[in-house]
Amino acid sequence: MSEYSELGHDAATVGIVAKKYFTFAAPPHTLELESGARIGPVTIAYETYGTLAPDRRNAVLVLHALSGDSHVAGVYTPQDEKPGWWDCMVGPGKGIDTDRFFVVCSNVIGSCMGSTGPASTHPATGKPYGLEFPVVTIGDMVAAQKALVDHLGIAQLLCVVGGSIGGMQVLEWCVRYPQMVVAAIPLATTMRHSALAIAFNEVARQSIMADPHWNHGDYYGGPKPALGLAVARMIGHITYLSDESMRLKFGRRLQDKSDFSFNFDADFQVESYLRYQGRKFVDRFDANSFLYITKAADYFDLGQQHGGGSDVKACSKARAKFLVISFTSDWLYPTYQARSIVTALKKCGRDVSFCEIEAQWGHDAFLIPGARLKSLIHGFLQRVHDELRA
Amino acid sequence: MMSSGPNFIRYDLQIIASWIEPGARVLDLGCGEGDLLQHLIAQKGVAGTGIEHNEEKVARCIEKGLSVLQGDINREILDYPRNAFDYVILSQTLQQVYEPAALIRTMLHVGRRGIVSFPNFSHWRLRLQLLLTGYAPVSRQLPYQWYDTPNIRVITLKDFKKFADAVGLRVLKEAAINTNSQDRYGRTTRLLPNLRATYGIYMITKN
Repeated sequence: MSEYSELGHDAATVGIVAKKYFTFAAPPHTLELESGARIGPVTIAYETYGTLAPDRRNAVLVLHALSGDSHVAGVYTPQDEKPGWWDCMVGPGKGIDTDRFFVVCSNVIGSCMGSTGPASTHPATGKPYGLEFPVVTIGDMVAAQKALVDHLGIAQLLCVVGGSIGGMQVLEWCVRYPQMVVAAIPLATTMRHSALAIAFNEVARQSIMADPHWNHGDYYGGPKPALGLAVARMIGHITYLSDESMRLKFGRRLQDKSDFSFNFDADFQVESYLRYQGRKFVDRFDANSFLYITKAADYFDLGQQHGGGSDVKACSKARAKFLVISFTSDWLYPTYQARSIVTALKKCGRDVSFCEIEAQWGHDAFLIPGARLKSLIHGFLQRVHDELRA
Repeated sequence: MMSSGPNFIRYDLQIIASWIEPGARVLDLGCGEGDLLQHLIAQKGVAGTGIEHNEEKVARCIEKGLSVLQGDINREILDYPRNAFDYVILSQTLQQVYEPAALIRTMLHVGRRGIVSFPNFSHWRLRLQLLLTGYAPVSRQLPYQWYDTPNIRVITLKDFKKFADAVGLRVLKEAAINTNSQDRYGRTTRLLPNLRATYGIYMITKN
């Protein structure tokens, strides 16, 4: 996902927040992963907003996408100019109202934003894991989140919500821990990656691995595979936009010039934009984490992993009420993929609402402030909250 | 907040609501902004779901706390298991359906009973208009010109009964009513309904 948080800055905010850490699975009680490998200790970086109700039934778990982190809303310091990545949605009186709900977001394992990942220290060697880090799945990410939710003393989540790879985690939560999830909002997501989505991820990974500085994942302490990661991010950004949004945002406009340079500088605005996004990403994200998380997304297949190949069988394990949302211009996870989630849920008699939001911003639409998405989420949360108390 | 008292929805919807028993499972095809569903949930405690094509209307429904799917009714109804609902409602939409027989068959597959309603094309005012003016009738119930109407089927109460016989439907309940399209008040028409009723409402099941 891209960064849009600067757009979401408005008066109503959760204010100053702090990142917290939870460590579990210390040896010998290590966490067993889906691959069979074991890992421990595992640290999860997380943030919470709002107050947990005395009956502990108002918790909303937000799940982030590929490059996200636990910092959903608010700022770390009064001088901090950049609020969390979904500040437009999470806060007092917002779509996910922190005056009413206790919001939790944690960084996925395998990432590099505070949770255990390939850049973390391998307890056996005292050096960063690198490729020694076991391949993790969406299921493993969710299993780690479950440990955090248990630690917070929450027996049942009112709602799990997330877009893109966060949406995959939403679906995984619903079938893996059905009794713990009252309601679910998978946004701009899919039950499995199409060949197109895998192809883009693979090109992005190849770009990282082709960078000589990558050095088979062993680059910590030396120069980073910055070029490879920047190009990987550029590819990602193309998939997050759409033909329409790129036409509107850039067209064929030139960057700070009136004519072609007749060399290979960034002539077009779109080139300049992608280069900038690539460079910016290198400063904050770890290339190995990019490899691990994209691989987890490619491996994800809800029907295969939970239904023996049947989506309906997998979905029939869920107990939650669903609000599925897609966006018209999302070509990474097009509406037909959201509809197949809806179809599977209908076939097994689950309560499901679905809305395809008309949006020109492509896959990224779920991150951009919009009245429609906000009111849908607000209304759905209100309903499931009321029904739980009825 | 819209009031959900029994008299605050359209008269034809009040009749439909009166036929549905508390706690029933209901699917409303073309549910619009969800007035009927909201009424049924508040008054009858039904488990209600709607299907609606228009994004704006779907959003209104979900904002109100209803369970509604965006999509085409002919397509979306197919995914439900057999007898998933007690009632499947097609309110004032039959005249807009391209394949009415197929849709009604599916309604009675996914639901035990169907409720359909439609404007009566043989109301005396319409007959008179056609007879006296020679133009295709336009009325408060059918307010469109021939070139912009969504109503592609011309149905009368007698036509529907004939259709029901032909495709093997049993009519469990029927109401011929005289009301305008958005009115909260109306009355049942017992004498010469095919001539005097503006709408027909039928509860049907498989024969």
